[in-house]
Amino acid sequence: MSRKRSTRTGWNIVGVGVFLVMVFPVYWMISTAFKSDSQINSYTPSWLPTQFTLQHFRTVMNTPGFWSDVTNSLIVVLVTVVIAVGLSFFAAVALARYRFGGRKLVIVLVIGIQMLPQTGLLIPLFVLLARYHEVGTLSGLVLVYLTFALPFCVWTLRGFMIAIPRELEEAAMVDGASRLGAFVRILLPLIAPGLVATSVYTFITSWNEYLFANTLLRTGHHYTITLWLSDLTGGQRAIDWGAVMAASTLISIPVVVFFLLVQRRIAYGLTAGAVKA
Amino acid sequence: MRQRLTSGATPYLLVLPMLLAIVVVLGYPIVNLVELSLQQYGLFQLINHHGIYIGLVNFSTIFGDSVFWHTLIRTVLFTAANVGLTMGLGMLLALLLERVSLAVRLLLTVALVLVWSTPPVVGVEIWQWMTNVQNGVLNYALTQLHLGNFIQHNWYTTTVSQYAMVTSLLVWGALPFVVITTYAALSQVPSELVEAAQLDGASAPRVFTAVTLPVIRPVLLILTSLSIIWDFGVFTQPFLLIGPDQQNPSNYLMSIYLYVEGYGQTNFGLGAAISIVMLAIVAVLSVFYVRAMVRVGDE
Repeated sequence: MSRKRSTRTGWNIVGVGVFLVMVFPVYWMISTAFKSDSQINSYTPSWLPTQFTLQHFRTVMNTPGFWSDVTNSLIVVLVTVVIAVGLSFFAAVALARYRFGGRKLVIVLVIGIQMLPQTGLLIPLFVLLARYHEVGTLSGLVLVYLTFALPFCVWTLRGFMIAIPRELEEAAMVDGASRLGAFVRILLPLIAPGLVATSVYTFITSWNEYLFANTLLRTGHHYTITLWLSDLTGGQRAIDWGAVMAASTLISIPVVVFFLLVQRRIAYGLTAGAVKA
Repeated sequence: MRQRLTSGATPYLLVLPMLLAIVVVLGYPIVNLVELSLQQYGLFQLINHHGIYIGLVNFSTIFGDSVFWHTLIRTVLFTAANVGLTMGLGMLLALLLERVSLAVRLLLTVALVLVWSTPPVVGVEIWQWMTNVQNGVLNYALTQLHLGNFIQHNWYTTTVSQYAMVTSLLVWGALPFVVITTYAALSQVPSELVEAAQLDGASAPRVFTAVTLPVIRPVLLILTSLSIIWDFGVFTQPFLLIGPDQQNPSNYLMSIYLYVEGYGQTNFGLGAAISIVMLAIVAVLSVFYVRAMVRVGDE
Protein backbone atom coordinates (compact mmCIF):
# COMPACT_ATOMS: atom_id res chain seq x y z
CA MET A 1 0.00 0.00 0.00
CA SER A 2 2.73 2.45 0.95
CA ARG A 3 4.53 1.62 -2.31
CA LYS A 4 1.36 2.56 -4.17
CA ARG A 5 1.09 5.84 -2.27
CA SER A 6 4.68 6.78 -3.03
CA THR A 7 4.18 6.07 -6.76
CA ARG A 8 1.16 8.39 -6.66
CA THR A 9 3.30 11.08 -5.03
CA GLY A 10 5.92 10.59 -7.75
CA TRP A 11 3.31 11.07 -10.49
CA ASN A 12 1.99 14.16 -8.69
CA ILE A 13 5.46 15.71 -8.70
CA VAL A 14 5.82 15.01 -12.43
CA GLY A 15 2.33 16.47 -12.92
CA VAL A 16 3.21 19.71 -11.12
CA GLY A 17 6.41 19.94 -13.20
CA VAL A 18 4.41 19.58 -16.43
CA PHE A 19 1.95 22.18 -15.15
CA LEU A 20 4.76 24.68 -14.56
CA VAL A 21 6.27 24.16 -18.04
CA MET A 22 2.92 24.38 -19.85
CA VAL A 23 1.63 27.42 -17.98
CA PHE A 24 4.91 29.36 -17.91
CA PRO A 25 4.57 31.14 -21.30
CA VAL A 26 1.09 32.39 -20.33
CA TYR A 27 2.37 33.45 -16.91
CA TRP A 28 5.34 35.20 -18.52
CA MET A 29 3.01 37.17 -20.80
CA ILE A 30 0.74 38.33 -17.97
CA SER A 31 3.53 39.10 -15.49
CA THR A 32 5.53 41.04 -18.10
CA ALA A 33 2.44 43.10 -18.86
CA PHE A 34 2.43 44.34 -15.25
CA LYS A 35 6.20 44.89 -14.83
CA SER A 36 7.93 48.23 -14.99
CA ASP A 37 10.16 48.96 -18.00
CA SER A 38 13.29 48.74 -15.87
CA GLN A 39 12.29 45.26 -14.72
CA ILE A 40 11.48 44.17 -18.29
CA ASN A 41 14.65 45.51 -19.87
CA SER A 42 16.99 44.22 -17.18
CA TYR A 43 19.42 41.49 -18.27
CA THR A 44 18.42 39.47 -15.22
CA PRO A 45 14.70 38.67 -15.54
CA SER A 46 12.60 39.03 -12.41
CA TRP A 47 10.11 36.23 -11.83
CA LEU A 48 7.52 38.44 -10.14
CA PRO A 49 6.20 41.90 -11.11
CA THR A 50 7.50 43.52 -7.93
CA GLN A 51 7.20 47.01 -9.44
CA PHE A 52 3.55 46.54 -10.38
CA THR A 53 2.28 48.99 -13.01
CA LEU A 54 -0.71 49.47 -15.33
CA GLN A 55 1.29 51.78 -17.58
CA HIS A 56 1.56 49.28 -20.47
CA PHE A 57 -2.19 48.77 -20.63
CA ARG A 58 -2.61 52.54 -20.78
CA THR A 59 -0.03 52.73 -23.58
CA VAL A 60 -1.88 50.08 -25.60
CA MET A 61 -5.29 51.65 -25.19
CA ASN A 62 -3.94 55.06 -26.19
CA THR A 63 -2.15 53.75 -29.28
CA PRO A 64 -3.78 55.10 -32.42
CA GLY A 65 -5.52 52.29 -34.25
CA PHE A 66 -6.01 49.91 -31.35
CA TRP A 67 -9.70 50.59 -30.77
CA SER A 68 -10.56 50.98 -34.45
CA ASP A 69 -8.88 47.64 -35.23
CA VAL A 70 -10.70 45.97 -32.34
CA THR A 71 -13.92 47.36 -33.83
CA ASN A 72 -13.01 46.05 -37.30
CA SER A 73 -12.33 42.61 -35.85
CA LEU A 74 -15.64 42.64 -33.98
CA ILE A 75 -17.59 43.64 -37.09
CA VAL A 76 -16.01 40.91 -39.23
CA VAL A 77 -16.39 38.27 -36.53
CA LEU A 78 -20.01 39.04 -35.64
CA VAL A 79 -21.21 39.17 -39.25
CA THR A 80 -19.41 35.89 -39.98
CA VAL A 81 -20.95 34.20 -36.94
CA VAL A 82 -24.51 35.32 -37.72
CA ILE A 83 -24.40 34.26 -41.38
CA ALA A 84 -22.49 31.02 -40.81
CA VAL A 85 -24.56 29.77 -37.88
CA GLY A 86 -27.84 30.88 -39.49
CA LEU A 87 -27.25 29.05 -42.77
CA SER A 88 -25.67 26.00 -41.12
CA PHE A 89 -28.53 25.51 -38.74
CA PHE A 90 -30.98 24.60 -41.49
CA ALA A 91 -28.47 22.41 -43.29
CA ALA A 92 -27.73 20.60 -40.04
CA VAL A 93 -31.46 19.96 -39.49
CA ALA A 94 -31.62 18.37 -42.94
CA LEU A 95 -28.53 16.19 -42.38
CA ALA A 96 -29.59 15.06 -38.91
CA ARG A 97 -33.30 14.56 -39.46
CA TYR A 98 -33.83 13.50 -43.07
CA ARG A 99 -32.55 10.83 -45.43
CA PHE A 100 -32.38 12.24 -48.94
CA GLY A 101 -30.55 11.60 -52.19
CA GLY A 102 -27.19 13.37 -52.23
CA ARG A 103 -27.01 13.41 -48.42
CA LYS A 104 -23.77 11.49 -48.43
CA LEU A 105 -22.29 13.85 -51.02
CA VAL A 106 -23.12 16.84 -48.81
CA ILE A 107 -21.43 15.10 -45.86
CA VAL A 108 -18.29 14.35 -47.89
CA LEU A 109 -18.23 17.95 -49.09
CA VAL A 110 -18.64 19.37 -45.60
CA ILE A 111 -15.91 17.20 -44.07
CA GLY A 112 -13.58 17.41 -47.06
CA ILE A 113 -13.58 21.22 -47.13
CA GLN A 114 -12.57 21.37 -43.49
CA MET A 115 -9.44 19.45 -44.39
CA LEU A 116 -8.29 21.86 -47.11
CA PRO A 117 -5.29 23.85 -45.95
CA GLN A 118 -6.40 27.49 -45.98
CA THR A 119 -3.21 28.58 -47.72
CA GLY A 120 -4.24 26.43 -50.68
CA LEU A 121 -7.15 28.75 -51.43
CA LEU A 122 -5.26 31.97 -50.81
CA ILE A 123 -4.39 32.64 -54.47
CA PRO A 124 -7.82 32.04 -56.09
CA LEU A 125 -9.67 33.86 -53.30
CA PHE A 126 -7.33 36.83 -53.65
CA VAL A 127 -7.71 36.94 -57.45
CA LEU A 128 -11.51 36.63 -57.23
CA LEU A 129 -11.87 39.32 -54.59
CA ALA A 130 -9.56 41.56 -56.65
CA ARG A 131 -11.86 41.04 -59.65
CA TYR A 132 -14.83 42.34 -57.65
CA HIS A 133 -12.83 45.10 -55.93
CA GLU A 134 -13.25 43.45 -52.53
CA VAL A 135 -9.55 43.39 -51.61
CA GLY A 136 -8.95 45.69 -48.66
CA THR A 137 -12.58 45.59 -47.52
CA LEU A 138 -14.07 43.97 -44.45
CA SER A 139 -16.89 42.41 -46.50
CA GLY A 140 -14.32 40.54 -48.61
CA LEU A 141 -12.77 39.17 -45.44
CA VAL A 142 -16.20 38.00 -44.21
CA LEU A 143 -16.71 36.07 -47.46
CA VAL A 144 -13.38 34.30 -46.96
CA TYR A 145 -14.11 33.46 -43.34
CA LEU A 146 -17.46 31.97 -44.35
CA THR A 147 -15.61 29.48 -46.57
CA PHE A 148 -14.04 27.92 -43.53
CA ALA A 149 -16.74 28.58 -40.94
CA LEU A 150 -19.69 27.06 -42.81
CA PRO A 151 -18.49 23.44 -43.03
CA PHE A 152 -17.42 23.44 -39.40
CA CYS A 153 -20.74 24.88 -38.22
CA VAL A 154 -22.81 22.41 -40.24
CA TRP A 155 -20.85 19.45 -38.96
CA THR A 156 -20.86 20.48 -35.30
CA LEU A 157 -24.54 21.44 -35.23
CA ARG A 158 -25.43 18.14 -36.88
CA GLY A 159 -23.67 16.37 -34.01
CA PHE A 160 -25.71 18.27 -31.42
CA MET A 161 -28.94 17.63 -33.27
CA ILE A 162 -28.39 13.89 -33.53
CA ALA A 163 -28.05 13.73 -29.74
CA ILE A 164 -31.66 14.96 -29.39
CA PRO A 165 -34.08 12.04 -29.59
CA ARG A 166 -36.28 12.25 -32.66
CA GLU A 167 -39.12 10.82 -30.57
CA LEU A 168 -39.46 14.12 -28.70
CA GLU A 169 -40.54 15.96 -31.84
CA GLU A 170 -42.67 13.07 -33.00
CA ALA A 171 -44.48 12.96 -29.67
CA ALA A 172 -45.24 16.66 -29.92
CA MET A 173 -46.57 16.15 -33.43
CA VAL A 174 -48.75 13.24 -32.32
CA ASP A 175 -50.11 15.56 -29.63
CA GLY A 176 -51.27 17.90 -32.40
CA ALA A 177 -48.36 20.27 -32.83
CA SER A 178 -47.41 21.17 -36.39
CA ARG A 179 -43.93 20.27 -37.65
CA LEU A 180 -42.92 23.90 -37.24
CA GLY A 181 -44.53 24.07 -33.79
CA ALA A 182 -42.68 20.95 -32.66
CA PHE A 183 -39.52 22.43 -34.06
CA VAL A 184 -39.81 25.79 -32.33
CA ARG A 185 -41.06 24.51 -28.98
CA ILE A 186 -39.11 21.26 -28.62
CA LEU A 187 -36.04 21.27 -30.84
CA LEU A 188 -34.95 24.91 -30.54
CA PRO A 189 -34.55 25.04 -26.74
CA LEU A 190 -32.67 21.74 -26.79
CA ILE A 191 -30.31 22.82 -29.56
CA ALA A 192 -29.60 26.23 -27.98
CA PRO A 193 -26.39 25.06 -26.21
CA GLY A 194 -25.17 23.70 -29.56
CA LEU A 195 -25.87 27.03 -31.25
CA VAL A 196 -23.95 28.85 -28.51
CA ALA A 197 -20.97 26.48 -28.75
CA THR A 198 -20.80 26.73 -32.54
CA SER A 199 -21.13 30.52 -32.51
CA VAL A 200 -18.42 30.89 -29.90
CA TYR A 201 -16.01 28.62 -31.73
CA THR A 202 -16.58 30.50 -35.00
CA PHE A 203 -16.06 33.75 -33.08
CA ILE A 204 -12.71 32.53 -31.73
CA THR A 205 -11.32 31.20 -35.02
CA SER A 206 -12.25 34.39 -36.90
CA TRP A 207 -10.92 36.63 -34.11
CA ASN A 208 -7.60 34.73 -34.21
CA GLU A 209 -7.24 34.57 -38.00
CA TYR A 210 -4.06 36.08 -39.45
CA LEU A 211 -3.23 34.73 -42.93
CA PHE A 212 -6.18 36.12 -44.89
CA ALA A 213 -6.36 39.35 -42.94
CA ASN A 214 -2.68 39.89 -43.77
CA THR A 215 -3.18 39.11 -47.45
CA LEU A 216 -6.44 40.95 -48.05
CA LEU A 217 -6.36 43.99 -45.78
CA ARG A 218 -2.82 45.31 -46.27
CA THR A 219 -3.84 47.50 -49.22
CA GLY A 220 -6.91 48.95 -47.48
CA HIS A 221 -7.53 51.22 -44.52
CA HIS A 222 -9.05 48.62 -42.21
CA TYR A 223 -6.85 46.30 -40.16
CA THR A 224 -7.93 43.58 -37.77
CA ILE A 225 -6.54 43.15 -34.29
CA THR A 226 -4.21 40.26 -35.22
CA LEU A 227 -2.56 42.45 -37.88
CA TRP A 228 -2.24 45.26 -35.38
CA LEU A 229 -0.61 42.95 -32.82
CA SER A 230 1.84 41.31 -35.24
CA ASP A 231 2.92 44.74 -36.49
CA LEU A 232 4.04 45.70 -32.98
CA THR A 233 7.08 43.42 -33.28
CA GLY A 234 7.43 43.51 -37.07
CA GLY A 235 9.23 46.82 -37.50
CA GLN A 236 12.86 47.82 -37.15
CA ARG A 237 12.24 50.03 -34.10
CA ALA A 238 13.09 48.91 -30.56
CA ILE A 239 10.25 46.73 -29.30
CA ASP A 240 8.21 47.87 -26.30
CA TRP A 241 7.80 44.40 -24.78
CA GLY A 242 5.62 45.64 -21.93
CA ALA A 243 3.10 47.02 -24.40
CA VAL A 244 3.30 43.91 -26.61
CA MET A 245 2.55 41.64 -23.65
CA ALA A 246 -0.22 43.92 -22.34
CA ALA A 247 -1.82 43.93 -25.80
CA SER A 248 -1.44 40.14 -26.06
CA THR A 249 -3.16 39.77 -22.70
CA LEU A 250 -6.02 42.07 -23.71
CA ILE A 251 -6.55 40.27 -27.03
CA SER A 252 -6.55 36.86 -25.33
CA ILE A 253 -9.11 37.73 -22.65
CA PRO A 254 -12.28 37.41 -24.78
CA VAL A 255 -10.96 34.18 -26.28
CA VAL A 256 -10.17 32.60 -22.91
CA VAL A 257 -13.52 33.58 -21.43
CA PHE A 258 -15.48 32.24 -24.40
CA PHE A 259 -13.32 29.18 -24.69
CA LEU A 260 -13.98 28.15 -21.09
CA LEU A 261 -17.69 28.06 -21.94
CA VAL A 262 -17.46 25.65 -24.85
CA GLN A 263 -14.19 23.73 -24.65
CA ARG A 264 -15.76 20.39 -23.70
CA ARG A 265 -18.32 20.45 -26.48
CA ILE A 266 -15.80 21.37 -29.18
CA ALA A 267 -13.33 18.64 -28.28
CA TYR A 268 -16.23 16.23 -28.62
CA GLY A 269 -17.35 17.71 -31.95
CA LEU A 270 -14.00 17.21 -33.70
CA THR A 271 -13.79 13.50 -32.93
CA ALA A 272 -17.50 12.78 -32.52
CA GLY A 273 -18.44 9.14 -32.60
CA ALA A 274 -14.91 7.78 -32.77
CA VAL A 275 -15.44 6.29 -29.32
CA LYS A 276 -18.77 4.72 -28.55
CA ALA A 277 -19.81 5.25 -24.95
CA MET B 1 -44.68 9.22 -39.38
CA ARG B 2 -41.48 7.70 -40.73
CA GLN B 3 -42.77 8.39 -44.23
CA ARG B 4 -43.03 12.11 -43.55
CA LEU B 5 -39.50 12.19 -42.25
CA THR B 6 -37.89 10.44 -45.20
CA SER B 7 -39.36 12.12 -48.25
CA GLY B 8 -40.30 15.42 -49.77
CA ALA B 9 -38.50 18.56 -50.81
CA THR B 10 -37.98 19.87 -47.27
CA PRO B 11 -34.41 18.57 -46.78
CA TYR B 12 -33.33 20.08 -50.08
CA LEU B 13 -34.83 23.44 -49.17
CA LEU B 14 -33.01 23.30 -45.83
CA VAL B 15 -29.63 22.43 -47.35
CA LEU B 16 -29.94 24.77 -50.33
CA PRO B 17 -28.93 28.12 -48.75
CA MET B 18 -25.81 26.59 -47.20
CA LEU B 19 -24.91 24.79 -50.43
CA LEU B 20 -25.39 27.96 -52.45
CA ALA B 21 -23.12 29.81 -50.06
CA ILE B 22 -20.50 27.06 -50.30
CA VAL B 23 -20.67 27.09 -54.09
CA VAL B 24 -20.17 30.85 -54.15
CA VAL B 25 -17.41 31.10 -51.56
CA LEU B 26 -15.72 27.80 -52.38
CA GLY B 27 -16.83 26.21 -55.66
CA TYR B 28 -16.07 29.33 -57.65
CA PRO B 29 -12.57 29.76 -56.15
CA ILE B 30 -11.74 26.10 -56.82
CA VAL B 31 -12.72 26.37 -60.49
CA ASN B 32 -10.74 29.59 -60.59
CA LEU B 33 -7.76 27.84 -59.00
CA VAL B 34 -7.64 25.25 -61.78
CA GLU B 35 -7.99 27.96 -64.44
CA LEU B 36 -5.25 30.10 -62.89
CA SER B 37 -2.83 27.19 -62.68
CA LEU B 38 -2.98 26.87 -66.47
CA GLN B 39 -2.42 30.57 -67.07
CA GLN B 40 0.24 33.15 -66.93
CA TYR B 41 -1.39 35.48 -64.43
CA GLY B 42 0.64 38.31 -62.94
CA LEU B 43 -0.09 41.84 -61.78
CA PHE B 44 -0.87 43.00 -65.33
CA GLN B 45 -3.40 40.20 -65.79
CA LEU B 46 -4.86 40.92 -62.36
CA ILE B 47 -5.62 44.50 -63.39
CA ASN B 48 -7.09 43.44 -66.73
CA HIS B 49 -8.91 40.45 -65.22
CA HIS B 50 -7.62 38.30 -68.03
CA GLY B 51 -4.97 35.56 -67.98
CA ILE B 52 -3.05 33.99 -70.85
CA TYR B 53 -3.38 30.22 -71.20
CA ILE B 54 0.01 28.53 -71.21
CA GLY B 55 -0.94 24.89 -70.62
CA LEU B 56 1.07 23.01 -68.01
CA VAL B 57 4.06 25.36 -68.01
CA ASN B 58 3.48 26.36 -64.36
CA PHE B 59 3.54 22.74 -63.27
CA SER B 60 6.71 21.93 -65.20
CA THR B 61 8.30 25.06 -63.71
CA ILE B 62 7.55 23.79 -60.19
CA PHE B 63 8.68 20.23 -60.79
CA GLY B 64 11.85 21.49 -62.42
CA ASP B 65 12.59 23.81 -59.50
CA SER B 66 14.94 22.35 -56.88
CA VAL B 67 13.49 24.80 -54.33
CA PHE B 68 10.15 23.00 -54.61
CA TRP B 69 11.69 19.58 -53.92
CA HIS B 70 13.78 20.87 -51.02
CA THR B 71 10.71 22.59 -49.60
CA LEU B 72 8.67 19.40 -49.94
CA ILE B 73 11.32 17.34 -48.10
CA ARG B 74 11.66 20.03 -45.40
CA THR B 75 7.89 20.17 -44.93
CA VAL B 76 7.61 16.38 -44.66
CA LEU B 77 10.41 16.23 -42.06
CA PHE B 78 8.92 19.18 -40.19
CA THR B 79 5.48 17.53 -40.18
CA ALA B 80 6.91 14.19 -39.02
CA ALA B 81 8.79 15.83 -36.15
CA ASN B 82 5.80 17.89 -35.05
CA VAL B 83 3.25 15.10 -35.27
CA GLY B 84 5.61 12.62 -33.58
CA LEU B 85 6.27 14.99 -30.69
CA THR B 86 2.65 16.09 -30.36
CA MET B 87 1.24 12.57 -30.35
CA GLY B 88 4.02 11.05 -28.22
CA LEU B 89 3.95 13.74 -25.55
CA GLY B 90 0.16 13.97 -25.78
CA MET B 91 -0.20 10.24 -25.11
CA LEU B 92 2.23 10.41 -22.15
CA LEU B 93 0.45 13.41 -20.63
CA ALA B 94 -2.96 11.75 -21.00
CA LEU B 95 -1.63 8.68 -19.14
CA LEU B 96 -0.14 11.00 -16.53
CA LEU B 97 -3.53 12.71 -16.05
CA GLU B 98 -4.97 9.31 -15.12
CA ARG B 99 -2.33 8.71 -12.47
CA VAL B 100 -2.23 12.02 -10.56
CA SER B 101 -4.47 13.06 -7.70
CA LEU B 102 -7.63 15.07 -8.30
CA ALA B 103 -6.03 18.38 -7.28
CA VAL B 104 -3.07 17.98 -9.66
CA ARG B 105 -5.40 16.88 -12.44
CA LEU B 106 -7.43 20.03 -11.96
CA LEU B 107 -4.25 22.12 -12.03
CA LEU B 108 -3.11 20.46 -15.27
CA THR B 109 -6.53 20.89 -16.87
CA VAL B 110 -6.46 24.61 -16.10
CA ALA B 111 -3.02 24.90 -17.74
CA LEU B 112 -4.15 22.94 -20.80
CA VAL B 113 -7.26 25.06 -21.30
CA LEU B 114 -5.27 28.29 -20.90
CA VAL B 115 -2.73 27.15 -23.50
CA TRP B 116 -5.45 25.88 -25.83
CA SER B 117 -7.22 29.23 -25.79
CA THR B 118 -4.11 31.31 -26.48
CA PRO B 119 -4.52 32.88 -29.95
CA PRO B 120 -1.75 31.74 -32.36
CA VAL B 121 -0.50 35.28 -32.99
CA VAL B 122 -0.30 35.87 -29.23
CA GLY B 123 1.67 32.62 -28.91
CA VAL B 124 4.13 33.97 -31.47
CA GLU B 125 4.53 37.23 -29.54
CA ILE B 126 5.20 35.33 -26.29
CA TRP B 127 7.80 33.11 -27.99
CA GLN B 128 9.52 36.14 -29.53
CA TRP B 129 9.73 37.73 -26.11
CA MET B 130 10.94 34.58 -24.34
CA THR B 131 13.58 33.81 -26.97
CA ASN B 132 14.76 37.31 -27.79
CA VAL B 133 18.52 37.85 -28.14
CA GLN B 134 19.14 40.60 -25.56
CA ASN B 135 17.23 39.50 -22.48
CA GLY B 136 14.99 36.55 -23.33
CA VAL B 137 14.15 34.37 -20.36
CA LEU B 138 15.15 31.22 -22.27
CA ASN B 139 18.78 32.29 -22.68
CA TYR B 140 18.90 33.34 -19.04
CA ALA B 141 17.40 30.08 -17.75
CA LEU B 142 19.63 27.85 -19.89
CA THR B 143 22.73 29.74 -18.73
CA GLN B 144 21.65 29.59 -15.07
CA LEU B 145 21.09 25.83 -15.40
CA HIS B 146 24.73 25.54 -16.59
CA LEU B 147 23.69 24.06 -19.91
CA GLY B 148 26.18 26.33 -21.65
CA ASN B 149 26.68 30.00 -22.27
CA PHE B 150 23.53 31.26 -23.97
CA ILE B 151 23.97 34.95 -23.18
CA GLN B 152 23.01 36.94 -26.33
CA HIS B 153 22.38 33.67 -28.16
CA ASN B 154 20.34 34.19 -31.34
CA TRP B 155 17.93 31.30 -31.96
CA TYR B 156 16.99 32.50 -35.44
CA THR B 157 20.29 32.25 -37.33
CA THR B 158 20.10 28.69 -38.65
CA THR B 159 17.15 26.88 -40.24
CA VAL B 160 17.31 23.99 -37.76
CA SER B 161 17.33 26.35 -34.78
CA GLN B 162 14.50 28.45 -36.29
CA TYR B 163 12.38 25.36 -36.69
CA ALA B 164 13.23 24.10 -33.21
CA MET B 165 11.58 27.29 -31.94
CA VAL B 166 8.60 26.94 -34.31
CA THR B 167 8.15 23.30 -33.32
CA SER B 168 8.25 24.06 -29.60
CA LEU B 169 5.55 26.70 -30.11
CA LEU B 170 3.37 24.46 -32.27
CA VAL B 171 3.66 21.39 -30.01
CA TRP B 172 2.94 23.52 -26.95
CA GLY B 173 -0.17 24.88 -28.65
CA ALA B 174 -1.35 21.53 -30.05
CA LEU B 175 -0.89 19.42 -26.90
CA PRO B 176 -4.05 20.48 -25.03
CA PHE B 177 -6.44 19.22 -27.70
CA VAL B 178 -4.57 15.92 -28.04
CA VAL B 179 -4.22 15.37 -24.29
CA ILE B 180 -7.80 16.20 -23.40
CA THR B 181 -9.25 14.10 -26.22
CA THR B 182 -6.97 11.12 -25.48
CA TYR B 183 -7.77 11.38 -21.77
CA ALA B 184 -11.49 11.30 -22.58
CA ALA B 185 -10.88 8.18 -24.69
CA LEU B 186 -8.87 6.54 -21.90
CA SER B 187 -11.82 6.96 -19.55
CA GLN B 188 -13.79 4.70 -21.93
CA VAL B 189 -11.46 1.77 -21.20
CA PRO B 190 -13.41 -0.64 -18.95
CA SER B 191 -11.65 -0.82 -15.58
CA GLU B 192 -12.82 -4.46 -15.08
CA LEU B 193 -10.76 -5.48 -18.10
CA VAL B 194 -7.67 -3.70 -16.82
CA GLU B 195 -8.06 -5.25 -13.35
CA ALA B 196 -8.67 -8.71 -14.79
CA ALA B 197 -5.52 -8.44 -16.91
CA GLN B 198 -3.54 -7.28 -13.86
CA LEU B 199 -4.88 -10.17 -11.78
CA ASP B 200 -3.78 -12.55 -14.51
CA GLY B 201 -0.28 -11.18 -13.97
CA ALA B 202 0.06 -9.01 -17.09
CA SER B 203 2.79 -6.36 -16.86
CA ALA B 204 1.89 -2.67 -17.18
CA PRO B 205 3.15 -2.34 -20.80
CA ARG B 206 1.29 -5.54 -21.71
CA VAL B 207 -1.97 -4.24 -20.18
CA PHE B 208 -1.49 -1.05 -22.16
CA THR B 209 -0.93 -2.73 -25.55
CA ALA B 210 -3.51 -5.51 -25.09
CA VAL B 211 -6.36 -3.72 -23.31
CA THR B 212 -6.00 0.07 -23.43
CA LEU B 213 -4.60 0.63 -26.92
CA PRO B 214 -7.31 -1.21 -28.89
CA VAL B 215 -10.01 0.91 -27.22
CA ILE B 216 -8.37 4.29 -27.87
CA ARG B 217 -6.92 3.38 -31.29
CA PRO B 218 -9.67 5.07 -33.37
CA VAL B 219 -9.23 8.33 -31.45
CA LEU B 220 -5.44 8.19 -31.81
CA LEU B 221 -5.75 7.61 -35.57
CA ILE B 222 -8.09 10.57 -35.99
CA LEU B 223 -5.86 12.82 -33.87
CA THR B 224 -2.79 11.75 -35.83
CA SER B 225 -4.36 12.43 -39.21
CA LEU B 226 -5.72 15.80 -38.05
CA SER B 227 -2.25 16.72 -36.75
CA ILE B 228 -0.59 15.70 -40.02
CA ILE B 229 -3.02 17.81 -42.04
CA TRP B 230 -2.67 20.83 -39.74
CA ASP B 231 1.11 20.72 -39.48
CA PHE B 232 1.63 20.14 -43.21
CA GLY B 233 -0.29 23.33 -44.06
CA VAL B 234 0.74 25.52 -41.11
CA PHE B 235 1.49 29.14 -41.98
CA THR B 236 0.96 31.76 -39.27
CA GLN B 237 3.44 30.53 -36.63
CA PRO B 238 6.49 29.84 -38.87
CA PHE B 239 5.80 32.95 -40.95
CA LEU B 240 5.59 35.32 -37.99
CA LEU B 241 8.03 33.70 -35.57
CA ILE B 242 10.87 33.42 -38.07
CA GLY B 243 9.77 36.79 -39.46
CA PRO B 244 8.06 37.85 -42.72
CA ASP B 245 11.30 39.34 -44.02
CA GLN B 246 13.41 36.31 -43.02
CA GLN B 247 11.62 33.86 -45.33
CA ASN B 248 13.90 32.55 -48.07
CA PRO B 249 14.39 29.40 -50.16
CA SER B 250 16.63 27.88 -47.48
CA ASN B 251 13.86 27.78 -44.86
CA TYR B 252 10.55 27.63 -46.79
CA LEU B 253 7.71 25.43 -45.69
CA MET B 254 5.18 24.49 -48.39
CA SER B 255 2.58 27.10 -47.39
CA ILE B 256 5.21 29.83 -47.18
CA TYR B 257 6.75 28.83 -50.53
CA LEU B 258 3.27 29.14 -52.00
CA TYR B 259 2.68 32.51 -50.32
CA VAL B 260 6.00 34.04 -51.38
CA GLU B 261 6.09 32.65 -54.95
CA GLY B 262 2.39 33.24 -55.66
CA TYR B 263 1.24 36.24 -53.70
CA GLY B 264 4.55 37.91 -52.79
CA GLN B 265 5.98 37.78 -56.35
CA THR B 266 2.46 38.37 -57.80
CA ASN B 267 2.86 35.26 -59.94
CA PHE B 268 -0.67 34.02 -59.29
CA GLY B 269 -0.62 31.34 -62.01
CA LEU B 270 2.45 29.68 -60.52
CA GLY B 271 1.00 30.08 -57.02
CA ALA B 272 -2.19 28.35 -58.14
CA ALA B 273 -0.18 25.43 -59.51
CA ILE B 274 1.71 25.09 -56.20
CA SER B 275 -1.66 25.22 -54.38
CA ILE B 276 -2.99 22.35 -56.47
CA VAL B 277 0.07 20.21 -55.74
CA MET B 278 -0.27 20.99 -52.04
CA LEU B 279 -4.02 20.30 -51.97
CA ALA B 280 -3.43 16.98 -53.74
CA ILE B 281 -0.89 15.91 -51.11
CA VAL B 282 -3.23 16.89 -48.27
CA ALA B 283 -6.16 15.14 -49.96
CA VAL B 284 -4.19 11.89 -49.96
CA LEU B 285 -3.19 12.44 -46.32
CA SER B 286 -6.75 13.14 -45.19
CA VAL B 287 -8.49 10.22 -46.88
CA PHE B 288 -8.46 8.26 -43.64
CA TYR B 289 -9.95 11.06 -41.55
CA VAL B 290 -12.64 11.92 -44.10
CA ARG B 291 -13.63 8.25 -44.46
CA ALA B 292 -13.87 7.79 -40.70
CA MET B 293 -15.97 10.92 -40.31
CA VAL B 294 -18.26 10.12 -43.25
CA ARG B 295 -18.95 6.74 -41.64
CA VAL B 296 -19.95 8.59 -38.46
CA GLY B 297 -22.10 11.03 -40.39
CA ASP B 298 -23.87 8.36 -42.38
CA GLU B 299 -25.19 6.52 -39.33
